[in-house]
Amino acid sequence: MTDDLKNMTCEEFQAQMPELISTGADASEHPHVQNCDLCRALLADLETIAEAARQMFPVVDPPDHLWKQIESAIQEEDSAAEKR
Amino acid sequence: MTPSRFSIEPPDASSQPASQPAAAAVESAPATPPPPPVPGSDADTLLRAQNGDHHAFAQLYSLHKRRIYSLCLRMVGNVAEAEDLTQEAFLQLHRKIATFRGDSAFSTWLHRLAINVVLMHLRKKGLSLISLDEAMEPTPEEGPGRSFGAPDLSLAGSIDRLALERAISDLPAGYRLIFVLHDIEGYEHNEIAAMLDCSIGNSKSQLHKARLKLRDAMRTFPRREGRR
Repeated sequence: MTDDLKNMTCEEFQAQMPELISTGADASEHPHVQNCDLCRALLADLETIAEAARQMFPVVDPPDHLWKQIESAIQEEDSAAEKR
Repeated sequence: MTPSRFSIEPPDASSQPASQPAAAAVESAPATPPPPPVPGSDADTLLRAQNGDHHAFAQLYSLHKRRIYSLCLRMVGNVAEAEDLTQEAFLQLHRKIATFRGDSAFSTWLHRLAINVVLMHLRKKGLSLISLDEAMEPTPEEGPGRSFGAPDLSLAGSIDRLALERAISDLPAGYRLIFVLHDIEGYEHNEIAAMLDCSIGNSKSQLHKARLKLRDAMRTFPRREGRR
């Protein structure tokens, strides 16, 4: 079994990557990765991207005018409801 | 060997996705009515807003506007659209707030409501969520083989944050959606599949493709801009 995993091609390994990664298992321990520089680099890059994405995107304020717009829209809806 | 960093840690309590409801305490509460919320507390503000207090609703907006706007901005990658969607989310909140029963934390409920607003918007714009259910077989253009690259082009653990932000913004809408929901907002594949009405396998597959696209973009940006 391990030999099968070790001997799989990069295409075969990468086809399994989404499932492998989603299990939370340490994909870097996969026998193919241990013997393949390309897939090891790919895996490291994807981990770096996911980690960086998780740490970016600070929470930002909407522009001040947005509440005025929302308030107006609410008032319009309330007025329309009262007329019905 | 360290465990895979793909294991997603849940975000902080203020951004808990819907899978971690705060309902347990509510459901196991005794039959006697709960004590009234402390005046001025968030629960009190919510209750007053549910009873039609406009000032309380304005307070709710102040409390949650940053998180909802930021969510919309990440999901659509466009400031004007994010403003429109934030407005629509709070309008829907105003219409539906009386229906909130505390089965989950209010912030979770509102977060989910905002995601639904964005999804509706994307559907109207023509993002076919059916396209998220494309065959698992990779296309020649996007297949695994495309990921092959010389090791010296790898990111080597370093990320240009601006380039990544731009690359995420440039992702096709469907890919960006799943990437943001999973990798940034912390939703699990089963939750994403339920939200997008696609299979769990396809959620995984699309996320993987999104990451591959980001990797390609990250390897291209610096060289294209002569910084590498």
